[in-house]
Amino acid sequence: MANSLKCDLCSKPATVHLTQIVNSKIHKVDLCEACAQAKGVTDPSGFSLADMLLKASLNPEPTGDAGKCSACGFTTQDFKKNGRFGCPSCYEHFSKMLEPMLDTMHKGSSHTGKIPQRAIARKSLYERLTQLETELDQAIKSERYEDAARYRDELTQVRQSTSGKPPAET
Amino acid sequence: MKINELIDSHSELTDTAASKSAVVLMTRIRLARNLAGQPFPGWAKEAQKRDIRDQCMQAVAALPQMKRGLAIPVETLDDLQKQILVERHLISRELCHSKAGAGIVISKDQSCVVMVNEEDHLRIQVLRAGFQFKKVWSTINALDTNLEEHIDFAFNPRLGYLSACPTNLGTGIRASAMMHLPALVISGQMEKVVRAVNQLGMAVRGLFGEGSDASGSIFQISNQTTLGESEEGIIKHLHGVLNTIIEQELNARQKLLETDPNKLSDKIGRAFGILQNGYLLNSGEAMNLLSLIRLGIDLDVFPDTQRAVVDRLFIECQPGHVQHAAKGAFDPAQRDVLRAARLRSEFAKLTHPDFTRSIK
Ligand SMILES: [Zn+2]
Ligand SMILES: [Zn+2]
Repeated sequence: MANSLKCDLCSKPATVHLTQIVNSKIHKVDLCEACAQAKGVTDPSGFSLADMLLKASLNPEPTGDAGKCSACGFTTQDFKKNGRFGCPSCYEHFSKMLEPMLDTMHKGSSHTGKIPQRAIARKSLYERLTQLETELDQAIKSERYEDAARYRDELTQVRQSTSGKPPAET
Repeated sequence: MKINELIDSHSELTDTAASKSAVVLMTRIRLARNLAGQPFPGWAKEAQKRDIRDQCMQAVAALPQMKRGLAIPVETLDDLQKQILVERHLISRELCHSKAGAGIVISKDQSCVVMVNEEDHLRIQVLRAGFQFKKVWSTINALDTNLEEHIDFAFNPRLGYLSACPTNLGTGIRASAMMHLPALVISGQMEKVVRAVNQLGMAVRGLFGEGSDASGSIFQISNQTTLGESEEGIIKHLHGVLNTIIEQELNARQKLLETDPNKLSDKIGRAFGILQNGYLLNSGEAMNLLSLIRLGIDLDVFPDTQRAVVDRLFIECQPGHVQHAAKGAFDPAQRDVLRAARLRSEFAKLTHPDFTRSIK
């Protein structure tokens, strides 16, 4: 245990040492007991080295100013400070800044795992309903009654399929 | 279910029947999920957070898996109750420190937990005693799919599930195993193992992070990356690494038995002696002694029936549990007395070590 390394955050003697290799790049973090505690290193579920490295990599050089997320008002500065985003839309707004970071953080840059099928189906069904409602409206307004009847039938059909959705089991 | 009922009932980890595995104490998977179109907990206003919490807790508590479980806002728990939940690996320290608007839903058997408004709106977690990734994944996958019925998750076809921190992006999965590796620690090989595991993109942490010396040789090993690989792929990858570590640990045990059996017998025998007769034990020392007893059980020095007792004591020796058992708040010095008394009484009942079966 003999070492004279200093804590990366406060330069007291470091007692906690972490090493990780992401995409063949070696990352090392040395922390004192107090900072390790504060950073949640002692919390088995709450600490991520990658997350700390992310913050460290942001510290010196921000990658320009991308302005504010239009959905939540989050700024590049906020991200640099917190290492977290403000809302799901931030991922689109800050995508340029994010892309290069994802490469160092993860195995790949696109998702190949689970997809929320039901939520996606629900969304597309909802969109189809709204579309049909608009079309029906327009058909009635422009007195295209045959079209209107067709849209109404389809609308009933789609509505029935939403109410008869499968129960919540696997 | 009320919080005190939950605390007084045995947790999944102290479940006597389930833990038969020599090396892997616990398998755990968590998924990070967020609500579409809502600010993440760290950025949401207090009122928004409360609305999000109400919506999430209602949806989660209604799941069949959470029937007759506990659903409670974090601010209604006292510090000791929170600490006990942390010691049982049910909630994170971060959640304990969160200000208003956080919540917890725990299943009756304490194997499924959902933290609300921790770093993400939802942190779904399933844990089981022993080495059981298949079972844990199928349970949490079903839980997540059921929840999807009631909640629109923030999801992007290319980036996957959107999390507050980009390190959890994609699958939002963290799969981990809690491993007991005494022989690798005794034979000084742990550092080498940690380095090798790190190189494979996995993380190693101590049980409660006090360093390998004071954590009962218990380590948590988990995946670090979440994007670019499927959940099954990540789990399979981790599983392979864990199997190699198990093999290394068993080899190291064999080697200790062959090269220096007296040293090993002495360590185990002394541990038994201190646990039976000690009057002051801090949690670090208690963990290390219990670790040696558990190793003794694996080596047939003690009967296998005592494994459950040791696994339970690993948790019940933690400061929160010691205070709860003694029904009060006690400072560390007082806790050491209480802990030692508890261990003396537990170990008075245990049979003496018999080294003839495995150590010759
Ligand atoms: Zn420090
Ligand atoms: Zn935003």
